[in-house]
Amino acid sequence: MRRGTFWSWLWISLGALYFLLPLIGTFIFSLRARRDELSFAAYDSAFSDPRFWEAFGFSAMMAVFTVIVSLLITVPTAYWVQLRLPRLRPIVELITLLPFVIPAVVLVFGLIRIYSRPPLALTGAIFTTNLLLIAGYTVLSLPYMYRAVDTGLRAIDIRTLTEAAQSLGAGWPTIIWHIIFPNLRTALLSGAFLTFAIVVGELVLASFLARPAFAPYLAQLINNRAYEPAALTIVSFLITWACIGLISFFGQHRAGGESQLAGPR
Amino acid sequence: MAFLELTGVSKTFGQFKAVDNFNLQVDKGEFVSFLGPSGCGKTTTLRMIAGFEKPTSGRIVINDVDVTYKSPNQRNVGMVFQSYALFPNMTVAGNIGFGLKIAKTPAADVKQRVERMLELIHMPGYGGRYPYQLSGGQQQRVALARALAIRPQVLLLDEPLSALDAKIRVELRSEIRRIQQELGITTIYVTHDQEEALSLSDRIVVMSAGNIEQVGTPFEIYNYPRTQFVASFVGTLNQLHCEVVDAAQGLLRYHDQPLTTGAPIEFPNGAAVKVLLRPEELQLGNGHGHETNQLVGQVETVSFLGATVRVELSLNGSRLTMDLQNERQLQLPQVGQSYTVSFPPHACWVMPEG
Repeated sequence: MRRGTFWSWLWISLGALYFLLPLIGTFIFSLRARRDELSFAAYDSAFSDPRFWEAFGFSAMMAVFTVIVSLLITVPTAYWVQLRLPRLRPIVELITLLPFVIPAVVLVFGLIRIYSRPPLALTGAIFTTNLLLIAGYTVLSLPYMYRAVDTGLRAIDIRTLTEAAQSLGAGWPTIIWHIIFPNLRTALLSGAFLTFAIVVGELVLASFLARPAFAPYLAQLINNRAYEPAALTIVSFLITWACIGLISFFGQHRAGGESQLAGPR
Repeated sequence: MAFLELTGVSKTFGQFKAVDNFNLQVDKGEFVSFLGPSGCGKTTTLRMIAGFEKPTSGRIVINDVDVTYKSPNQRNVGMVFQSYALFPNMTVAGNIGFGLKIAKTPAADVKQRVERMLELIHMPGYGGRYPYQLSGGQQQRVALARALAIRPQVLLLDEPLSALDAKIRVELRSEIRRIQQELGITTIYVTHDQEEALSLSDRIVVMSAGNIEQVGTPFEIYNYPRTQFVASFVGTLNQLHCEVVDAAQGLLRYHDQPLTTGAPIEFPNGAAVKVLLRPEELQLGNGHGHETNQLVGQVETVSFLGATVRVELSLNGSRLTMDLQNERQLQLPQVGQSYTVSFPPHACWVMPEG
């Protein structure tokens, strides 16, 4: 083995061990619900709890709505910035990075402060509180969704495609719906799966807005049980890895060659 | 009445004037090329006709309708781009039929029109393919069909062949001209390739630095250039720095050699002028039998270009380029040998120095 390759593999191995050893430990712990044997009893117990399905179902539904709202806001914005306002791009990028800087607890306290009293009292009802939660999730997922969309837009010549569509009689809604969205499919899926993973694992917003999401359920379970939280932690990781795997899959297998630019070869 | 008319059209970007007082009238069914170097304003003018740029001043009228400030999707102008701009997410049929679907054309009519367009571009049966499955030439044909499917008033082409290799370019430009003549569609073609412009156009607009240098048929542009820019940009040009000896008789002197234009010269005796000559007007030896218009130069290079042989000679510290028509019995000049080169009087075009 060449020296360079040896050191590469050494560092990869050390990094993998650092990351995987705690997970392996957690997984083994999750199999020890029954004394003196390894079994999936903790998993059975977790999955048979109706509160698990309620919490996961709620988070999944919030994730779907967050993805839809995020796409409807981010795609036209990124498209317009790239097409007509390229000078604003650094400012927009800075704005989309703010969720990294502002902690979620600050965001949720801001939301509660503004929307818990008239004239914008939204925290009094479940439906409107869910709307607040979706808005908060949209902000938290903004860096990921915007990056994914922006990267996708940079890979295609949106200006010429837009002009071609306009010369054929298309208006803006047609251009965005029939040209831009379909050609961003892979980028949008990447952003969607990342958003899904973030929303399902998000604790602070859901806890402070008192919504029955998955992460607060998991946090509550940790206080009362031992093995089931370990099992659900592994399940959470599996869901996240599945999302990343799907991103990678769609990134490599693009249907109809949609990533191929129709241009000179 | 012109079908397409540009009157006093100018475009300024900040301090930079990209197009200055552009005036042009194009008849219905005419094929007009905008020819010029990069940055001369030809694409900007085309984009103003398409509606992608708004003129700073002036008017654009198509078929008696002022379209100066209309948005691109309201002009019914078809455009073919240098990068083809086919929609990657749609099949060939989807691309060609896109404009028709926007116009809410019934599905049966769309299908029929798409098939007609595919036949026109000699690509029947390709409707189900995606752009990435096509060659560059095929993609450009599909782009052309897509622009034509909507029956545009004017067809605009922005250097559509520049991304293709030479052989495909020649084939496709013949196709473009054939289709344009078959449909009788008014066409504006932007190119920096003079061969394309000369071979395709009914008229050529030669542009430089945002201005029109000359408008004329290809024959006029090439053989009767009105400015030195047109003469030097279109085709190759030799320059001989001469002095006027007898303006009335058309006599000049190039170093010690007498030259004659065969016609009166508009500059006074003693004036320093340039005599401009096309390479194909020069011949080896004294073929035309005149005593004047003979120069002796030493052959520097001989380039075999297929149908022509390009010979470069040095004389009096200058370079002279001569094109000989290739034939099997041609005796190629030898590098390093001196030869007499002659040209007929009418080949001379006299311009002032500077």
